Amino acid sequence: MKEKMLNWVEERFDLSAIRHLTREKTVPVHRYTPFYYFGGLALFFFVVQIVTGILLMLYYKPTGENAYESIRTIMTQVRFGWLIRSIHVWGTNLMMLAVLLHTFAKYFLKAYRKPRELTWISGFFLLVLALGFSFTGHPLPWNEFAYFAAKIGTASIGSVPLVGPWLLEAIRGGQGVTGNTISRLFALHVVVLPLVTIGLVILHLLFVQIQGSSVPIKVKPVGEIPFFPNFFLRDLRVWMGALIVLVGLATFIPAELGKKAAQFASAPAGLKPDWYFLPMYQILKWIPSTILGISGELIGIGLISTGALLILVVPFLDVKASREEESTWFTVIGVFVLFVFMLAITIYAKLY
Amino acid sequence: MNASRRKFLDGLLGLFSLAGLAALAYPILRYITPIKKREDSTLSVVASKINVLTPNTGKLFKFGSKPGILIMTPEGKYRAFSAVCTHLGCIVQYSSKDQQIWCPCHNGWFDLNGHVVSGPPPRDLERYTVFIKGQDIIVKKEKA
Repeated sequence: MKEKMLNWVEERFDLSAIRHLTREKTVPVHRYTPFYYFGGLALFFFVVQIVTGILLMLYYKPTGENAYESIRTIMTQVRFGWLIRSIHVWGTNLMMLAVLLHTFAKYFLKAYRKPRELTWISGFFLLVLALGFSFTGHPLPWNEFAYFAAKIGTASIGSVPLVGPWLLEAIRGGQGVTGNTISRLFALHVVVLPLVTIGLVILHLLFVQIQGSSVPIKVKPVGEIPFFPNFFLRDLRVWMGALIVLVGLATFIPAELGKKAAQFASAPAGLKPDWYFLPMYQILKWIPSTILGISGELIGIGLISTGALLILVVPFLDVKASREEESTWFTVIGVFVLFVFMLAITIYAKLY
Repeated sequence: MNASRRKFLDGLLGLFSLAGLAALAYPILRYITPIKKREDSTLSVVASKINVLTPNTGKLFKFGSKPGILIMTPEGKYRAFSAVCTHLGCIVQYSSKDQQIWCPCHNGWFDLNGHVVSGPPPRDLERYTVFIKGQDIIVKKEKA
């Protein structure tokens, strides 16, 4: 029966490309092979977010009057609603963690070097999109935290030169953060960003499929294993572990809802963004209001954009790696950025 | 068709395509731009009744569509400011312990004249005039 169906399709479509993927794609085996899991892990969490996101949409109402109440209904009345929302919230954190681990693994293994520059660039934009999902999703429950997150996050957009003020109003749906902001962020969160992300993920995977997995400089693989089923089954094992961790966290440390956003209440003390935004938050806090007559916000945004641009063009800066020579300097810079900038500032911002 | 004519027509086609794209983009951009609401013309408001605040306390009040903060200084004088932090627009609160106005979002501090004391806020808080009429504390601003 299966054979018959397959033949029926074969008569009409050329399936050699898919056969190639399943039969001939291999993964090199060396001591860094486990680092290949992070990308698949990020993809797994993205799928979890899509599934739980669709489920949340069945009850969520994206308006100023109903957003908070609809999430409360999900959490208190809908059967397993608390679990679905909790998984969606924890999924964000774990997906960001997987995306960051994947980025750092590829950076330290110099996987960005020629000929994989475009894979790195598409990956960079996927990282930005992941942050975009968090940025647009966070305000949706319309609680106190959400309200001020939306306020601060969008206010920094306003200081972008030239288009800033227009962009600010376009994203807020007016001067201030109101119910209009929820509708706009919701449209971005559930339609625009997923469409762009899915397209870019396909492109990113296509690059990997065409070029195969990168082997680190001066590392000799001891052999290779077929992608399907051998590596895929290993991926599956990692995903099952990830699912257990995700559901465990969602069950034992469920997401909270907090108080409803009030437009005429003071910002609560101890208000801090999610851990992956902490370095940016701390920079905004540290920068004085003006430096040499230039506004501090503008300088902060300039610094963050310059940092992002440098990450984007790393494949073109690291010429040594593209000649298959070890580029120690880039490893040193990477260690500095990871441990001093990301970890130390994140811990500092969390504590103080 | 000779080469220069082909080039010219290609250029023309490109120009028309751009114009076509612009014609598509314009209404979309206009659609995205929010409708302009009439400027808030509230010039004065009853912020509180007397006897509500005690010295060294503060409370928020609605000033049109924006929040304001009314403070009774430790000396018993009333002061009123816009409660919108000049840094990234969070809503400030009065800290009795420090006798200053505090924005918890990025740790901005203002004194009881609304001047920036420390932290990232780039400007002072907008100050309003306060006067008492009967039982009401009225807060007034100069311009809308």
